[in-house]
Amino acid sequence: METLLAKEIQKKVNNNQKVTGAEAVILSLLCEGVDVIFGYPGGAIMPIYDALYQYREELHHILVRHEQGAVHAAQGFARVSGRVGVCMATSGPGATNLITGIADAKIDSTPLVCITGQVASHLLGTDAFQETDVIGISMPVTKWNYQVTTVEEIPEVIAKAFYIAHSGRPGPVLIDITKDAQFAECEFKYKKCENIRSYHPVPKINHDHIQQAADLINQAERPYMLIGQGVILSEAEKELKTFVEKSGIPVASTLLGLSAFPPDHELYVGYLGMHGNYGANILTNECDVLIAIGMRFDDRVTGDLSTYAKQAKVLHIEIDPSEIDKNIKTDVAVNADAKEALALLTEKVNARTFPDWLAKFRDCDKLETEKVINNHIHPGDGAMKMGEVIHLISEKTKGEAVIVTDVGQHQMSTSRYYKFRSGKSNVTSGGLGTMGFALPAAFGAKLGAPDREVIAIIGDGGFQMTLQELGSIFQHKVPVKIVVLNNNFLGMVRQWQQLFFEKRYSSTEMVNPDFTTIVSGYDITAKKVTEREKLSETIDEMLAHQGPYFMEVVVEKEENVFPMVPSGACVTEIRLE
Amino acid sequence: MQDKKNDQTAVQSTTVNGSVAADSNQEKLFTISVLTENKSGLLNGVTIVFTRRKVNIESINVSITEVEGVSRYTILVKCSKEVAEKIVKQIRKLVEVLGAFVYDQEEIHYQELALYKVQTKHIMNGNKVESLVRNNGARILVIESDYIVIEKTGHMHETHEMFEKLKPFGVLEFVRSGRIAISKSKRETTTFLKELEEASKIKINK
Ligand SMILES: Cc1ncc(C[n+]2csc(CCOP(=O)(O)OP(=O)(O)O)c2C)c(N)n1
Repeated sequence: METLLAKEIQKKVNNNQKVTGAEAVILSLLCEGVDVIFGYPGGAIMPIYDALYQYREELHHILVRHEQGAVHAAQGFARVSGRVGVCMATSGPGATNLITGIADAKIDSTPLVCITGQVASHLLGTDAFQETDVIGISMPVTKWNYQVTTVEEIPEVIAKAFYIAHSGRPGPVLIDITKDAQFAECEFKYKKCENIRSYHPVPKINHDHIQQAADLINQAERPYMLIGQGVILSEAEKELKTFVEKSGIPVASTLLGLSAFPPDHELYVGYLGMHGNYGANILTNECDVLIAIGMRFDDRVTGDLSTYAKQAKVLHIEIDPSEIDKNIKTDVAVNADAKEALALLTEKVNARTFPDWLAKFRDCDKLETEKVINNHIHPGDGAMKMGEVIHLISEKTKGEAVIVTDVGQHQMSTSRYYKFRSGKSNVTSGGLGTMGFALPAAFGAKLGAPDREVIAIIGDGGFQMTLQELGSIFQHKVPVKIVVLNNNFLGMVRQWQQLFFEKRYSSTEMVNPDFTTIVSGYDITAKKVTEREKLSETIDEMLAHQGPYFMEVVVEKEENVFPMVPSGACVTEIRLE
Repeated sequence: MQDKKNDQTAVQSTTVNGSVAADSNQEKLFTISVLTENKSGLLNGVTIVFTRRKVNIESINVSITEVEGVSRYTILVKCSKEVAEKIVKQIRKLVEVLGAFVYDQEEIHYQELALYKVQTKHIMNGNKVESLVRNNGARILVIESDYIVIEKTGHMHETHEMFEKLKPFGVLEFVRSGRIAISKSKRETTTFLKELEEASKIKINK
């Protein structure tokens, strides 16, 4: 396909054949290897849609039902494939509907190129029909944005957009193209962007810092390593494992770091943060050297900063210099790509083991298993619990599925109980906590990893935020599996109300429709599980099913996710009940 | 810190046993100097970094530099050193920003310019205003039939002092420019840009 395309383009160049700006957009995307794009048409982007018609075989367009669906789908696509996700929308409301997803991609470092149509350049600033200052609006939430007003700029700007989106710490880029630039003609030449003098995505390794880091690690008696999504983005999973196995350091993961390290590894000690594991949290305040890699000390991980790891020397390995010393003062900082830094560090660290230190984590695990986990994953009788559903799905998929979660209790239960055994498998909205993320992100993920099982796990609240995307799944026959854990509450908010607002359930109870009826309307097989006896076989049926499948599980209404570090508390103030 | 955009940084973070040195929490005036490519809309991007942290900009000046196509923003802020440093790191992340540096008062030569409009009759009736101008290193920029414009360069407190002295005569308008500053560092912008060019080509072997 690529060579055919290259020939096609070459032919146009040779014949000095002019193309419209709209066609130049499509050709540029093809030159970047894009084969799937998520979008929604409208007045200001019609020329691009028209040009797409001719290339619809090469560039598969997924028509969504709302532009928010397009951007989340592009995020899901990017997160599982490691490629840049692409979406497009018209000006005005189309463009503003993308903003939530762009903000989500920014805070979670997801590479996206978003293309928006804009009113003709002579109308800019005049409050023309569907004119909105999308450059101004998106500036705080994009890694880079640019408004194209002349056709000649198009290939170069798109090349730059892709380069910026995926290099260094990835992020979303928005290109706004005026309608006159889409109509105008130019000769088409494409050259991939390789560097920009004012932009330095890859830091130059400082070997002194690597040595200082190694010295710090080699002196440590109770070292503890925290990993984040940086490991996944840098594709450093193998280097991480080698490093950990040599150094013998216990490893814990942030929410977005899950799936970077095998959960059944003897040195894996759990999941960090507000609903993370007991030992992983409290022992942060007992280690003597804290090694953070590709993570940014989010407040959901650290709790109260003034009491966080005060006893420890902190080593931070991070590609984005603005993250270093932002929340936590480091003793040694290595500004580097995770993969490169880990490979160099592995050579310099001593091979060691820390059996006594590791035993402390295992003691905590024992306590957590007795007090929390057993009860969540093997509750016996009574209403079904989120934990047991996730645990079963985890067992039946052998931890090999791509799991896409929304935001709330089901998300925290999934990060606790799904045992991710392969990389790039955990797709969730971490930094922004965007409800409505999962359904569109899941079909995007399925298109990004067609050979993998993709399962969305969603709350009854979040499901109804982007439920319209069932239409996209239906129309494009995307075989995703959708699990709604229905507690008829905005569960996570209800939990906070119970614990911190004296059980005053202000506007958190949901009166829900019959979801299976709705889903069936989209010709998607839909089952509702109300009895524990039916749970296992329905999961089996879902996994065996060829096309898209929907399973609603009615779970306990007022279950709480524990452990929990109350917001703003010290990590050691974690509550088990 | 290996970030090239950081190389001219005058203020380094001071840590004492992993905790921030006391003086970095004190609010002071800092001059932030930003070298950028000439791109429309970038000013917005730069100021957003301040707005997000609710840090008020005391003054801002955008000008050309000795290098074609490169602009310099000089921004005066009052905040703690720690916040100033964090802001500068976030400014450096903007794609078109070539470099951003934070300076203490002692690390730069700086200047401002003020203009004052007073009624012409005040220099006609007696020489008080004229001697104020002469004794304060100011000058008269224009004389119109009904008003004159006085110009004075100087640091904020000096131009403000002049304003106070002119007040009794009735100041019709007073305006002060943003601060402009030149660092005491010996490095030339062109050398800096050459190094940036090199740094932008670093790739990881994957
Ligand atoms: C767009 C958006 N609005 C509001 C919130 C606040 N919020 C966080 S969790 C939550 C409840 C989610 O309820 P549900 O989807 O039913 O999932 P559950 O917690 O019950 O698993 C809410 C309202 C949010 N994260 N995102």
